[in-house]
Amino acid sequence: MMQADLNSISWLSLAIWIPVVSGMLVLLLGGDHKATLTRWVALVGSLVSFLVTIPLYTLFDVKDGFFQFEELLPWIPAFNMHYHLGIDGFSLPLVLLTSFTTVIVVLAGWEVITKHVAQYMAAFLIMSGIMIGVFTALDAILYYVFWEAMLIPMFLVIGIWGGPNRVYATVKFFLYTLLGSLLMLVAFIYLYHQTGSFELADFYLLPISLHAQILIYIAFFMAFAVKIPMWPVHTWLPDAHVEAPTGGSVVLAAIALKLGGYSFLRFAMPIAPDAAHYFTQAMVVLSLIAVVYIALVALVQKDMKKLIAYSSISHMGFVTLGFFMFSQLALEGAVMQMISHGFISAAMFLCVGVLYDRVHSREISAYGGVVNTMPVFAGFAVLFAMANSGLPGTSGFVGEFMVILAAVKFNFWVAFFAASTLIFGAAYTLWMTKRVFFGEVANHHVAELTDLNKREFLILAILAILVIGFGVYPQPITEVMQATSAEFLKHMAISKLPVTGY
Amino acid sequence: MTIKQILMLIPLLPLMAAAVVGIFRNYLPRTLAHVLTIAGVAASCALSVYVFNQTLNGFSLNESVYTWLNSGDIHFEVGFLIDNLSAMMMVVVTFVSLMVHIYTIGYMEEDPGYSRFFSYISLFTFSMLMLVMSNNFMQLFFGWEAVGLVSYLLIGFWFTRPTAIYANLKAFLVNRVGDFGFLLGIGMVLYYFGSLDYATVFQRAPELANTQVNLLGNTSWSLMTVTCLLLFVGAMGKSAQVPLHVWLPDSMEGPTPISALIHAATMVTAGIFMVARMSPLYELSTTALSTVMVIGAITALFMGFLGIIQNDIKRVVAYSTLSQLGYMTVALGASAYSVAIFHLMTHAFFKALLFLGAGSVIMGMHHDQDIRNMGNLKKYLPITWITSLIGSLALIGTPFFAGFYSKDSIIEAVELSHIPGSGFAYFAVIVGVFVTAFYSFRLYFLVFHGKEKWRQPHQTQDAHLNATDNAKHDTQEDSHAHDDHTHDDAHHHGLGPNDDPHEPGWVVTLPLILLAIPSFIIGYIAIEPMLFGTFFNNVIFVNAESHPAMAHLAHHYHEMMHSPAGMAMHGLTSLPFALAASGVLLSWFFYMKRPDIPAAIKQRCNLIYQVLENKYGFDSFNEKFFANGSRYLGKLLWQFGDITLIDGAMVNGTARVMGKIAARVRHLQSGLIYHYAFAMIIGVFLFMTFFIKIN
Repeated sequence: MMQADLNSISWLSLAIWIPVVSGMLVLLLGGDHKATLTRWVALVGSLVSFLVTIPLYTLFDVKDGFFQFEELLPWIPAFNMHYHLGIDGFSLPLVLLTSFTTVIVVLAGWEVITKHVAQYMAAFLIMSGIMIGVFTALDAILYYVFWEAMLIPMFLVIGIWGGPNRVYATVKFFLYTLLGSLLMLVAFIYLYHQTGSFELADFYLLPISLHAQILIYIAFFMAFAVKIPMWPVHTWLPDAHVEAPTGGSVVLAAIALKLGGYSFLRFAMPIAPDAAHYFTQAMVVLSLIAVVYIALVALVQKDMKKLIAYSSISHMGFVTLGFFMFSQLALEGAVMQMISHGFISAAMFLCVGVLYDRVHSREISAYGGVVNTMPVFAGFAVLFAMANSGLPGTSGFVGEFMVILAAVKFNFWVAFFAASTLIFGAAYTLWMTKRVFFGEVANHHVAELTDLNKREFLILAILAILVIGFGVYPQPITEVMQATSAEFLKHMAISKLPVTGY
Repeated sequence: MTIKQILMLIPLLPLMAAAVVGIFRNYLPRTLAHVLTIAGVAASCALSVYVFNQTLNGFSLNESVYTWLNSGDIHFEVGFLIDNLSAMMMVVVTFVSLMVHIYTIGYMEEDPGYSRFFSYISLFTFSMLMLVMSNNFMQLFFGWEAVGLVSYLLIGFWFTRPTAIYANLKAFLVNRVGDFGFLLGIGMVLYYFGSLDYATVFQRAPELANTQVNLLGNTSWSLMTVTCLLLFVGAMGKSAQVPLHVWLPDSMEGPTPISALIHAATMVTAGIFMVARMSPLYELSTTALSTVMVIGAITALFMGFLGIIQNDIKRVVAYSTLSQLGYMTVALGASAYSVAIFHLMTHAFFKALLFLGAGSVIMGMHHDQDIRNMGNLKKYLPITWITSLIGSLALIGTPFFAGFYSKDSIIEAVELSHIPGSGFAYFAVIVGVFVTAFYSFRLYFLVFHGKEKWRQPHQTQDAHLNATDNAKHDTQEDSHAHDDHTHDDAHHHGLGPNDDPHEPGWVVTLPLILLAIPSFIIGYIAIEPMLFGTFFNNVIFVNAESHPAMAHLAHHYHEMMHSPAGMAMHGLTSLPFALAASGVLLSWFFYMKRPDIPAAIKQRCNLIYQVLENKYGFDSFNEKFFANGSRYLGKLLWQFGDITLIDGAMVNGTARVMGKIAARVRHLQSGLIYHYAFAMIIGVFLFMTFFIKIN
């Protein structure tokens, strides 16, 4: 009885619109003269938004590999566009990650942001709703609208609250991502002409010639590869991270990058499976370049945020690598890696934020011996550094472990290069940790540091618990994607030249 | 309590103690920090003894505790495999850990990081227990890396010292190189055996014995060889075999109790344990065994040489650890897994004893570690003296002492082995006996006998210069490092010329005594069951047909020795004993009788001395080639690849080209009516021409 009632609620719409509405509310009610109220409204909004996503997990049927919680309403009948939402095992953890991260971001900006507080908080709340929209839309145009809309708040966040070189970074970020997206729109319109609808399910069933599939795939690839980002279209990310405020970096790393990875699974690969197979080698090579090349680049960075940005690209290389080995272990490892990277990169950027708020420098050389003055903080930082280097027992290990094990089966040498992250990942992360945290107190800035306040402690402690929790027991995450990944691989294995179902 | 609950408690008790003490260390009194952790590890030790007692009576268990994750048909589980091997390891780990916990109360007494230290060593105990109790490769890898983490934390325990934080990073990265191979090996196991569960893997191993894999082009390799070698790369990292040994000497930057626990008795033997555990796989590849043996032999001999020239008391013991790990590895290569484990056990006791003894000396000397400043300490530290003597005698393989039984069995097993490389290995282990005896008693004589050299003040200065010099090699990359080093913190002040060293309290001497007992008698007791009895039945698998060394050894023992006492009596007339005795005599002659001779040799053979001083150049090679190479490559890729090519040419290049085109095109929009009118007329003209042509 109760169960039926819960199931009849439009949880997905709530998950999208509650944060958007609370963002509007913050804009209406808030302002710099009543900053405290603004923050509390934003926090409550983000908490409610997070709470409404929890039923998605508890009511999710793990045995069902297809879309659940579907909502279908006509939107623009003239073009056969629908307001169609739904989630499967891939999008569910990402939706939860998004709503969770928003709470963290609101907390992280609490007393740090004093200029345009309402706008700042609203931007993140609205962005959260939009991103959940991306993860849940099953209508191509609805998806596209969310996808592009997401750029606007991020553009504003970096452009208004960013660092000195923010204009260059925002323009680069905007143009880079927009360029790819336009090609994706072309692909959608082509598919619309073929099927007469923007329904994802229709796209899945549409037989397409290999030639057309390759063009469609390339169009999608341009959009998604930029977002992930894959080498060589990654250079916007370090610039954007460096200029973004801490909250912006957290959202960018924890969620925005996953939009690209998720979209590969949702659009590029199942719509053009033969092209995906056709490009397998190229994708694997690009992923490995990301893992090895970018790790080496990360090693020599002097700016902490740039280093973590490069480390993100390197870690996302495991995501694309996992996708294109077409095995369940690799695929689930890749999704696991996305989730785990959401926690770890968020935590790493928050750690840099903690230091930046105090010293106003991101340069590694500006620090040294931070552990002497901030022992509690250093404990967290070392934990997250270890997680970033993929230590077993932290969530960072799980995805990489699964992908590397699967890679041995795919091709030993792919595994060989992928496993090099064990060395390089540890090298760049721990070398930075050593230079920033260990040693004697390097200068008077470090000597004057004060340890974490309660708010910062709370944020990092929550992330630490999650990072260790999912490292010791990742089953709750992988469990929900089992059926979906099995269905996905079944679909991918069938050529799109005959009609298939997914 | 069911046995399974007991087994869960064994690792969890130290973990809980570590967590409580670690998280609340600023709120708990110091006493509670050590009471909690010692209670945890003591309970865990008692339970381990109970479990060991059960396994001796035939109990064994292979059960999963919980499912870590499922992916398709692949199940990753956390579980326990308890048999004589793991139960023995549990007892050794928890016992040595308990001793070190107690000892730490004295050693770290004045350290501000007291509680943190206890939390770390308890966390280590947990990790090590997870490693040895594992029933699958995933959990093994977890324990493997977790002990590496704690080792990282403990080497860098004094995190303000540049040398310490350099050493811990180095240790972690070198271990990661090993883990890189180890993980690929695990990948091979999962791919070909379809499971990570030991029992399943071992069961399927014989079917796959002749499987070939293609790795490079069309060359085909034996699956077993590839897998075993990859796994062994992991063992080389953790058990510090050449060329991945470089981290172990530097790890001496950590406090002495952990040098005893982690870098001598337990963690570094994880590789040996792993290979012994994997004996059903290694038995199927003679190539792998041969490689293992040669690498072990190189480590055993060449690391021993380095021990001769060290002047830091801990570094001498560290090099002897490297050398002894080489012995164990050689035994593995000879298919004498049980002998390797036997030596692992005896070594755990006497090497922990030697390290803790060295720690006691260091405390007595007020944290001066240079053996050239010591002498005649037997007068001031009698318990340390006697126990260290027992440890040294055990180390060099004196008959009746624990080390004799294990070491002599290794030498004999190698002699009886016919694997390619066993000739060299035999040479290495037999020369190694002499070298071991020489440097061990050089240390012993210089520390406990002779003149009280700290009373001559000039030496100290010299030693400090030397230490700084050593540090210089190690910290090339940190230009700021040795500037800080000169200030030298409280741990390095040394003894004044008029001070007398004092033996520390019972918390220090009790562990020494408790470790001295097994160092003396454990070999005598354990040799028969472990090597020639049924102790390792169904645990260690040896293919007696292709690798008969162990069978010959048993035969030899029953024919000629009859009993442990017989073996010791026989040992008195054997070549190894003669070599060990001459090593002791020579060191006595050199360092007690005629100290001018070693100095003269040092001058004459300057070249050799330099080679040894530079540790065969491994460190500088790694630093120059790998560390600087990666940094150079990273800079190149960044500056040229990212900044010049991608950003410069592609991204901003596109923007520039757009800008240029726009700048040209802009001229068309001049705003002058007659320009537009002219353009229109031209356009109309062109269109008309076009249409007329078409029609």
